[in-house]
Amino acid sequence: MREKLIYGLGAIAAILLARNLYSIFMQLPDEASQGMIYRIIFFHVPAAITAMLCAAVTCITSVTYLLTRNLRYDAISVAVTEVGLAFLAANLVTGSIWGRIIWGIWWTWDARLTSALVCWLLYAGYLMLRHAIEEPTARARISAVFNIFAFADVPIVIFSIKWWRTQHPQPVFWGGGSIDPAMYLTAVLNLVALVLLAVVLSLIRLRQEEVQREIDSIRRYAHAV
Amino acid sequence: MNAVAAEGVWKFYGDYPALRDVILDAQPGACLALIGRNGAGKTTLLRIIGGFSRAGRGQVRIFGKDPREIETRRRVGWIGHGISVYDELSALENLILFGRLYNLPNPHKSAMEWLERTGLERVKDGLVREFSRGMRQRLAVARTFLHQPSVLLLDEPFTALDDRAITVLQRLLREALAEGRTVVVSTHQLREALELATHVALLNRGKIAFHGERTAQMVSDPGWLYAHYDEA
Amino acid sequence: MDFLRQTLVIARKDLRAELRTKEAINASLAFALVILVLFSFAFDPLEEQTREMSGGLLWIVFAFAGTLVLNRSFARELPNDCLVALIAAPISGGALFLGKALANFVLVIAVELVSLPVFGIFYNVHWTSRIWSLLLVLALGTWGLTVIGTIFSALTVNIRLRELMAPLLVYPMLIPALMSAMKLTMDLIAGKPLGGEDQVWLRLLVAFDVIFTALSLVLLETVLVG
Repeated sequence: MREKLIYGLGAIAAILLARNLYSIFMQLPDEASQGMIYRIIFFHVPAAITAMLCAAVTCITSVTYLLTRNLRYDAISVAVTEVGLAFLAANLVTGSIWGRIIWGIWWTWDARLTSALVCWLLYAGYLMLRHAIEEPTARARISAVFNIFAFADVPIVIFSIKWWRTQHPQPVFWGGGSIDPAMYLTAVLNLVALVLLAVVLSLIRLRQEEVQREIDSIRRYAHAV
Repeated sequence: MNAVAAEGVWKFYGDYPALRDVILDAQPGACLALIGRNGAGKTTLLRIIGGFSRAGRGQVRIFGKDPREIETRRRVGWIGHGISVYDELSALENLILFGRLYNLPNPHKSAMEWLERTGLERVKDGLVREFSRGMRQRLAVARTFLHQPSVLLLDEPFTALDDRAITVLQRLLREALAEGRTVVVSTHQLREALELATHVALLNRGKIAFHGERTAQMVSDPGWLYAHYDEA
Repeated sequence: MDFLRQTLVIARKDLRAELRTKEAINASLAFALVILVLFSFAFDPLEEQTREMSGGLLWIVFAFAGTLVLNRSFARELPNDCLVALIAAPISGGALFLGKALANFVLVIAVELVSLPVFGIFYNVHWTSRIWSLLLVLALGTWGLTVIGTIFSALTVNIRLRELMAPLLVYPMLIPALMSAMKLTMDLIAGKPLGGEDQVWLRLLVAFDVIFTALSLVLLETVLVG
């Protein structure tokens, strides 16, 4: 049943992406000041939104794990966090590329990029923490608590960095970054496509995580006998 | 009411069940010897009984209450593999600390009393890190009994203790049992445990293979239980 | 109140144990001084620019040196298996956390108060002009540092590579608190009073402290017991 879901969603995501890529590269004209490169916004912004959704989902599943102690929620937490980290990395890389083309610099400490980087470090810490704990039940519990702390920190991080940047302005990477209404549709559709992609990847990773857990417990059985 | 009761306790490490549907109980005044091979799950079970660990399924009750409740914790004493006293504090300071944590009315007096009963009154101001091994063990025993617990949980106490400490511990345990306190002792050293025990439970790979009264046969032939109830 | 009394019992125990050996606090102090010296090579202390950002440098020193103390918080319970005895004792997780956090706070503030005059001398900085506001910022910032350091010490207590893990996890989480403290300190050292913009930083710092203290009080028992 889950396989059908994965294939189904994957197909929809692929179709949407194909449609969007066509629209982005073939139909829409070049932007006035930026030229070709502005098209990257169609991936840069939805990637960040997708990552944010992933963070919210893992916070919920972490709390649910602590309440129910059902390891399924722990598996979802790690799967969605990894996918979210990947999308956040995509956000950072696309932002950096954009900045290189437009401003000539690979990085600037503008508010949004800096926040994304700090959030990336936070959730990378979650994965590192999991790697350091071998016993699955303890790992689930400890990382769930960490996830709650991380998610509580995210809004504080975003706000504090934004406030810092209003006092120490830097080249703002998006210079306003408003999208022409004609392109709204493509942008929203791309967001849907990326979210579907995130769901598909999460499901695949979830399956892998559960199989791994089965293998671990079989190994324990074998050692006990 | 049972002093200690485990009702259908399971413990999972991931998907692997370290404890499977454990059901046992101990009446007030009983001494339950929990025996089993290494890796059978004795320490795991004892830690759940003591409230240091959560059961995956099922529950434990101490005098009908959850072991994690503060009032229940006040009535439980624990001695495990480590001595659980601080190296940087003196013997007296350690006992006064635990006396305060357990809300004793006069921590200093209780501390002095137990230092005397374990033969440590002359070194009361010495730092624990300077103690010999036997002295550290006796201080651990003092710490365990300090707050007059109604339930004593001992995790393989005889392994770490030297002869003098074992004698002190056995004497204190006998006195405690005579006062109607309950003792659960896990061990794979059968002789010392079976001498004191009124009941025995055999844990085999997470399951209770035997749970009943201690018989004379068990004392005279400690291996009998393993031979009859333990799987290879 | 039982909660308060037990908190103080734990706090006094930690302080007494630490002051007997002074291992953590000596290492922390030495580390703070070394970093201050190292920074003087990276940034010329005579430059006006350095003096302006020295408030920021100060908090890097505090964060790094403070972590040495904070990491040991629960790690010190591991020898002799004392952690089990604390978990078994009839005290709430909140009291255990708060007691340790208070003890840590005292130790870290002590290191900071010693570092401040040294910092003033090395970097030729007049830090006493707004001393009371500065002490307030010191207290609020250090409390944020302490809370995160203490709860993460508990999180990582039974993990291998604990010494590596704890700092790695703590620093990203501290960024908002450190930023606020840095900004406020820089302004105060420059002699400016806490103005309108600074109010935002103060409130951010207080919010950080409140949120994470609350979370830690509630979650410590889950972390240690299950």
